[in-house]
Order: sequence, then structure tokens, then C-alpha cells
Amino acid sequence: MENKKSLFSRLPVISQLKKSVGLQRGMLVAGIVLTLIFLLTAALAPLIAPYGATQRFDLTQAAPSSAHIWGTTAGGYDVFSRTIWGAQTAFIVIVVAVALSIFIGVILGLVSGYIGGWLDRILVVVADAIYAFPTLLLAMVMSIALSQGRSDMWSGIFAAAISITVVFIPQYFRVIRAETIRLKAEPFVESAIVVGASSVRIMARHIYKNATRTLPLIFTLNASEAILTLAGLGFLGFGIEPSAAAEWGYDLNHAQSDATAGIWWTGVFPGAAIVLTVLGLTLLGESMNDLNDPRLRGRKKAKKNGAQKQEELVEA
Amino acid sequence: MSRSTEKAAVSGTPSGESTPRPVLKIDDLRVTFATDQGDVPAVKDVSFTVAPGEIVAIVGESGSGKTVTAKAILGLLPETAQGSGAVIISGNDVLTVSPQQLRKIRGRDVAMVFQEPSTALNPVYTVGWQIAEGLRAHRPEGKRVGRKEARKLAIEALGKVGIPEPEKRVDYYPHQFSGGQKQRVVIAAALALNPGLIVADEPTTALDVTVQAEILELLRDLRDRYGTSIVLITHNMGVVADLADRVVVMFEGDVVEEASASALFAAPKEAYTQKLLAAVPHLGRDSASAGFTERAFQDKEVLVRATDLEIEYPGRLGSPAFKAVDKVSFTISAGEVFGLVGESGSGKTTIGRAIAGLNRTTGGSLNVLGYEMLNYKERSFRPLRKDIGFVFQDPAASFNPHLTIGECVAEPLLIHTDLNSQAVSKKVADLLESVQLPAAYAKRFPHELSGGQRQRASLARGLALKPKLLIADEPTSALDVSVQAKVLELFREIQNELGFAALFISHDLAVVDILAEWVGVLYKGKMVEQGIGNQIMGNPQDAYTKRLIASLPVPNPEEQAKRRALHQALLGAK
Repeated sequence: MENKKSLFSRLPVISQLKKSVGLQRGMLVAGIVLTLIFLLTAALAPLIAPYGATQRFDLTQAAPSSAHIWGTTAGGYDVFSRTIWGAQTAFIVIVVAVALSIFIGVILGLVSGYIGGWLDRILVVVADAIYAFPTLLLAMVMSIALSQGRSDMWSGIFAAAISITVVFIPQYFRVIRAETIRLKAEPFVESAIVVGASSVRIMARHIYKNATRTLPLIFTLNASEAILTLAGLGFLGFGIEPSAAAEWGYDLNHAQSDATAGIWWTGVFPGAAIVLTVLGLTLLGESMNDLNDPRLRGRKKAKKNGAQKQEELVEA
Repeated sequence: MSRSTEKAAVSGTPSGESTPRPVLKIDDLRVTFATDQGDVPAVKDVSFTVAPGEIVAIVGESGSGKTVTAKAILGLLPETAQGSGAVIISGNDVLTVSPQQLRKIRGRDVAMVFQEPSTALNPVYTVGWQIAEGLRAHRPEGKRVGRKEARKLAIEALGKVGIPEPEKRVDYYPHQFSGGQKQRVVIAAALALNPGLIVADEPTTALDVTVQAEILELLRDLRDRYGTSIVLITHNMGVVADLADRVVVMFEGDVVEEASASALFAAPKEAYTQKLLAAVPHLGRDSASAGFTERAFQDKEVLVRATDLEIEYPGRLGSPAFKAVDKVSFTISAGEVFGLVGESGSGKTTIGRAIAGLNRTTGGSLNVLGYEMLNYKERSFRPLRKDIGFVFQDPAASFNPHLTIGECVAEPLLIHTDLNSQAVSKKVADLLESVQLPAAYAKRFPHELSGGQRQRASLARGLALKPKLLIADEPTSALDVSVQAKVLELFREIQNELGFAALFISHDLAVVDILAEWVGVLYKGKMVEQGIGNQIMGNPQDAYTKRLIASLPVPNPEEQAKRRALHQALLGAK
């Protein structure tokens, strides 16, 4: 009855898409589409954008026209190009931030949860202390400490990414530590202990894979939070310098004064970009979360006759 | 008393002229579940009736559809299920009535007793409140059930189920009751509105044998006194023999056989029923120590020696430490199977885990293969681990879900030997073969095996390094009876062949008797009695052991009726 599924249909997002029905499917599809648009924009920014991200024009605050389809800002930047390039900046920052925090968070969580004792206590207290800080304030402090006034693109991106990392490590640490503590009491871990496996072997072979199952979900949910943090930093002026790379938060900040003068195009587009990207990632994360939980997952009603069953089999 | 009702019920069912209107009538019930793999039929074409005052048992192994049938009776099927056919209770078809009507039927005409009493009660309300909840939900039109009246009815219900001092206990919270008393409270709540029918889904499975005997006694008493019909869902043939008038045997969603209890146990007609009954371990049959008069293997090397062993769990702040094991002394010699029996909380698992170094001992002495566990260090004990095998209770949880069966079985070999990968995979194939699993199963993942297959693979892992000592902690309690029989048979064969010593831990006396030559009985952390298996089972000396053995229902109605009388006499004498 159970046939082997192809590798493709077992990939995270694809397998969930196959399982979904009704409204849940709609939300997931919307999430996937918005996220795909974001990813494609980030990847193809050099092809899509007519101008460079830091290219300035003499024409300031110009309304949308054929030369500048979304107009220009007070600083003479092309809004359309800035918005497109901004996707790339956001993408790089997310990847660097989340990769760093997953790496460190997972290792710390595993060690802390499995070894326990005073090491665990200290790490938990440190994580809680970081958690207690307002995230944006912490990110600002980190950003200032890291960039120290330098303003080229990569140091800006790393400063932003690392300051987000510091905020996120405790999250991954907590999730992995809780899972590890739960798994530590599972019979299969105990059976490894009884067999005589070393602690490193148990952590690497038995706990690691089982504890990290939920990470793709946290990843998608955190990615949207990372964008918001980045935009927040940019908005407050602690992010990436406008002369280094395009960044939505910064553009939004500078559109503030324009809004009262009736210049809507400088704010609407970067704002919409933030909203849509965050919305896409959140929809994707939330619906994957629901679909992974059999209790929250909706299913088609069981049919009384076999005719529809045939149809389903063909579909599968 | 019960005998006469049984007769009346049996003669009154199929073709009697003046058949009393049945309390429950199930016609062609089918239930189909929608799953990710398509539609799965759980119940296919089930029909039976329950007469007033009759106890009908639905028996079957896991996956037979018995619980789904029970849930269908109360209209408790989950959203993913689709039922067809008819379930008629007092003239209403539960499957088609409106939710409002269904709510009226529940509690008034039919009530449910759940398997796990600790989770069926809400911990933040008093038991009196929870019993009265049903009364309030069913108040007659325009009349409120007053606080005083509800309380009076709740006290009455608690009295009915034999809770002492119901006037005081009605204000207690669930945690202030023991497991057996909680189940009594659940039954009291079910009885509050005097329903004609009670559906009891595995009502004694979560309870100890001695408590189980009391609950069964209570259920029988309710039927005799109030004429309540009971649908009893269970997998335990002893419980069926003790309580049921009529038995419906289910297998894979179908009714295989339906007969009166005495007829079914005396002469089962269908091949499946025969197989099922043959697989049920029966106390006193097939004993490992049959004919023994003194302890076997006495002259062999002593592998484990416990002297006044004490194991404490630290208490929370302010409360004293909990003594799980209290001054226990025993020895296990090479080649011997030591059976450790006891109810939940008796400390039997703690002892097993302490021998494997999973728990620390806190007093006395525990010597395992020459290593004193009182000053345990993981590093110095690790080399000894290759001589100790361990088989866990739950075969599903004791394998890493991300590794194949082959990788799991190979793990001890990889850690303790320096065989190359080819030699390891050959060894794994041999091991799987020795537990009667095809070598190709090495490539499967744990979830692709059935429970029995997994437990056999677990045995293969435990035996991978040819240990001197194997600790088996309730290895068959998560398995169905027919599978249990196979695993026990295999265990016995392999033990005879390899001659390792074993500590076999179980709550089931009949199972222990089949395997162990020497049996120790634990009660509240103390070893109350130990001796040769057949002597403990046949002629127990300690008062607790006597009670424990008398409480165990045997799968034979006639014999069980005699045992029941004996048990009551024993309780009366106490």
C-alpha cells in the first residue's frame, strides 16, 4: 500500500504542499509565491534593476516617469532600482544571520542540554539575559560596536547580520536545548548509553538529527523577523550606509519627510517590499508549521464510494 | 447472581419471543478514516446488540477497530472519520442525530469510562463538581439543579462506587485519590444520571492487577444492582473471562466470532479465536521452573549481587527523598533467568536500570560483574557495558528513528570491536537471522517494522556482543498477546542456546513464570518474597504475594469464578 515516494516529493516545502487542502493550501501557495518573487528578485537584481543601487541622479524627488518608473528620492536615487537591490541586501543579511545563529545555537543547545550541570545553568542565564534586552537596542549596540564607522557594503552587511545573530542565538539555543533534554530521556538514547557509546557520539549521531527537525520552521519564521530587525536598524540609521548598498529601512526613514509633501512614491515601494516579503515568509512558515502537525492539518473527507479514490490515486 | 443474569441475557438475545428491547443495537457499522495515504477502513460491517443488564466484551488486538467501535457508540468519532450504518441507542441513531440530540443522549442514555483515569479527570476541579457537571448539563426543562441537590447526587454517586466517606471526599481534588479510586470516580461520573449503558474502554489497563480486581468487582456489582448494561473494550482475556456474559471478537475491523463467554473459552470456533486464546499466557501452565525443587545455577559464578541495596530519588525542596528501593538483597548467577515482578512503583525498573548504570545507587551494595556500583564512574564502567545487554519496554521508542535497523543493531559492534564494515554487516545479518528476521530488514527504518519485529530487532541489538547478562525491562508489555507469545518463545530459545543470565522485569506474573526459574516479588521497594517460580506462583507465603496472585484473572470463566470466590475470601480474611 505504501509506495516509495520520489526524493522530490519528500523535499520540505513540496511534501507539505502535497498534503495541504483548502484554505491551508491557499495560504501556503501565497507564501510560496511571495517568497519565490523575493528570492528571484534578489537573485536577478542586476538584470531587473535599470540602474545601480548607489547610482545618483541630478533629478531629485521626481514623480514616476518612463526614465524612473517609480520616481526618484530626495538624494537622487532611483526608487525602483533601490527597491530591487534591497531584496538582495535583505537576502544576504538573512542568510548570513540565520546561518551563523543556527550554527552556534545548535552546538550550544546540544552541549548545554546533554551535559547539563553548571555549564547548562550558565548558558541558560546568559541566554535569558540576552533575551531580556530589547532586541532592537541590542542589535543597535552590536551594530555600532562592529561597524565602527566603516561603511562599505560587506562590513555593513556583516554588522547587520551579526547583530541579528546575537539576538537569534538564544532562540535556537532554547529550542535545541529543550529538544535535547526531552530526547535525553528517550529510550533510544538510553539504549545508546547502555551500549557504551560516548557522549560525543550520542550527541552527534542520536540527538542532533532528531533535535533539528523543527529548524526549517524556525528558520522561515525567523527570516521574516530578521528582515524586520534589519529594516528597523536601517530606519534608525544603524544599518547599511546608502552609499554602500540599497536597504529598505533606510529608504523608508528618508521617505518620512516626503510623505507630508505629497511625495508618496519614495515610501510606498520600499514599505510594500518589506510588508510583502515578511508576509510571504510568515505565511510560508506558519502554514508549514500547521501542516507538519497532524492535529492541525486539514484533510479531505473520507469518501463513501470508491470512484473518487481512484481519482486521488491518479493524482498521487 | 451473575450466573442467572447471564443465562437470561444469552437466551434473550437471538431468537427469543419476548426479547427485551436492546439497549444498544449496532447495524452494519462501517468507519473509514481519511489519512495522508488515502482512505483507511477501520471498522467494516460490525453488527451486534446489547440487552439490558448484559455485559458484552469486545476483544481484539491493536488495530482491530474495537476502540473505534466504542467511540462510534458515543458519537465521538474524529472529524477525519466517516461512519455509515446505524448505532441505535434508545431509538436514536447516534450517527445521524443532530449535535443537540447527541448531547442529550450522552450521559443520559450512554456514558463512557476511559482508559486512563488520571487524564479523564480535570485536575483543577473537585471530583464532586465534575460529577455534578453531567447533572447540570441534563437538567430537565426550566428547572435548575441547585448546588445542594447536585452535591447530594454527587455524594450518592460516590457512595455507589464504594468511595469511603463520600460526604468528605466529594470536595477532594483528583490528585488526592489513588489510581483505582480515580477510576471509581470516573465510573461514578458515568453513573450520575443512571444511564442504561456504560461503554468502558480498557477500564483496567492502566491499573495494577490488585486494583484491577477491585474495579472489575465494582463493575459486576453495578450490573447486578442497577441492571446497567456494559460494553467492555479490552485486549485482556483474563478480564473478559472474569466479567463478560457475551464476547465479540474483532480482527482488522471485522467481527470474527460472537458467542457467550463460557462457550467461547470452552470451544472457540474460528481459527483466529483459537490462536488468540492459545497465545494468552496462563498462570501455572508452561512454567520454566516446572518440577524444580531447588534453585538452579546455584554453583555458577555470581554476576550480580545486591546486598541491602537502597536507591533514593531526591525529593523536592523541603520534602524528604523518595526511597524507590529499600534494603533489597538478591543474586543473579550465570545462566539464570531471574524474574522480577511487582506493580507500578514497586521499584522493579529502578533496580534494572541501576544494574545497567542508568540510575545511581545510594546505599547498600550492588556488585555488577565485579564492579561496585556505589562508586560509579561512567568512564570506568564503560568497558563492562559490552557484557550487559538491555531490552527496553517500548520497541518503538528504543530505536533512533533516523537510523536503519541495521545501523542500530551494528552500533554496539562499532563501539566495542574493530571489525571492518563488511564484517559488521555480515554479523548484523547473522544476528537478525537469529531473531528470525530476514537479513534484508537491516535496510529498513524502525517505523517500517511492526511492534513484534522491532522488539526482536531490539533483542538482536542486546545480544550483539554476546553479553553475560541481559536486562529485559517489560519487553512484551507493549505488544499484542499473539506477538508477545512469539517474542517470549524466541527469548526462551535464544536463552537456552546462548545461556546468558537474564533479569526479566515484568508486571505480568504469567509471563514471568514462563521464562524465569527464580522469581522475586517487589512491593513498595521491598523484596517481599523470592523463590523458585512454580513455588511462588503455586504456594505463595507472603500476604502481598497471595493477594497479587489471587487478583490475576485467568482466561477461563469457570476457573476464574472459583478464583474470584477465593480472592474475596482472602480480602474478607484480611
